[in-house]
Amino acid sequence: MTGLMLPGEDGALYPRDRSWHPPGLTPGYKSSTFRAPKHALLSLGATASELSGPTFGHSLINPLDNDLIRNFSQDGSEAIGQRLIIYGQVLDENARAVPNTLVEFWQANAGGRYRHKREAYLAPLDPNFGGCGRAITDANGFYSFRTIKPGAYPWPNGGNDWRPAHIHFSVFGHAFAQRLITQMYFEGDPMIWQCPIVGSVPDKAGIEQLIARLDRHNTTPMDALAYRFDIVLRGRRSTMFENKLEGN
Amino acid sequence: MLNPLPRLKETPSQTGGPYVHIGLTPNFAGIAGVYDTDPGATMLTPETKGQRITIAGRLIDGSGAPLTDAVVEIWQADADGRYAGAMSHAANAGPAFLGWGRQPSNGEGIFSFETIKPGPVPGPDGKPMAPHVVLWIVARGINIGLQTRLYFADEAEANGTDYVLTRIPDIRRRASLIAPRDDSGPVPRYMLDIHLQGDRETVFFDV
Repeated sequence: MTGLMLPGEDGALYPRDRSWHPPGLTPGYKSSTFRAPKHALLSLGATASELSGPTFGHSLINPLDNDLIRNFSQDGSEAIGQRLIIYGQVLDENARAVPNTLVEFWQANAGGRYRHKREAYLAPLDPNFGGCGRAITDANGFYSFRTIKPGAYPWPNGGNDWRPAHIHFSVFGHAFAQRLITQMYFEGDPMIWQCPIVGSVPDKAGIEQLIARLDRHNTTPMDALAYRFDIVLRGRRSTMFENKLEGN
Repeated sequence: MLNPLPRLKETPSQTGGPYVHIGLTPNFAGIAGVYDTDPGATMLTPETKGQRITIAGRLIDGSGAPLTDAVVEIWQADADGRYAGAMSHAANAGPAFLGWGRQPSNGEGIFSFETIKPGPVPGPDGKPMAPHVVLWIVARGINIGLQTRLYFADEAEANGTDYVLTRIPDIRRRASLIAPRDDSGPVPRYMLDIHLQGDRETVFFDV
């Protein structure tokens, strides 16, 4: 390879901006009280153990894995709720696409009820909705899935706290130190700005990054509304600063 | 600025929440039939080379209570110290060992992996790091995944010069990452108590 290396896949990861992420202790979100370390994290440059990470082949994915409207159907009927297409691009901080990486997502049903053995909210289960799905990004970093819009639901935190409608995301990237779990919210939901879990993110611009935008261009007429949610993982610098340029 | 740096901000982390199992281990959550098996539930195949071991941990919060709703992932090298997958810092492991596993914690806060003992991996200084497994912990109340390592008590010599262990400034805390060996079962079992908070707090990394 000749010429100038662009920031790429080979070098050290950019340090994580911990002031952009939620801190461990966010008292408004009460469960964090006993689950946040009190000692400072030990800062280390990532070693080979964190710069590598698992890769999942497309053979992992079954045809219905990214179709939550149908992937838990018991009798052939579809899940009840507002039909959505959620899609977006996984990028790194250098705005380069992250191809062939596993994205997992999970959510409550249209009434805000999760299908989980420990969940007891009175809103009913939908017999044809499971709430989990996954996709592997394409060569340009894009993922997509079909689902129904999750409902808001109450949770025991403050006296009358409700989570905004949201979908949980898990993303791998290509290095284990890029591993990320986050939540996606819906443009225009007034409950976003009242939620202590959303409010654990210190910067309003950081919260805006978690809000999917209604995309009328990719909405399927007479079928499903589209929302776009792009995800940014940590970027890596080129190794040219630590190695020779030639052969870099 | 004529040429702005093309830097985006990383998507902020959010807690996995109490129902993290729906997405990560759906069969454990009670959702059957979507995935054949929960991802990462089985790390070994008959072709996997290396010494069979159990890696386990007990997750304990700052009040002394177990974390009964966590999910833990491990990432490790194969018996020869090679990582699977696309990466440039070590030769690839063979297809018989992915090196990644995922397990929920149980009602006692305990998680457990059937795996192999990893070989030593080169450190940034060119010297081998002591055999270790990278752990990543998510749960309700954890706003950003906690990353730590498990080392093996029967590798005392290698542990004494390990690139990461020797960089923990409080020497007393190094022991929080070293799992004792238990030979009472069919394979050696290495189990750590992982304290999220308090006097016995485990060392967590910002890598």
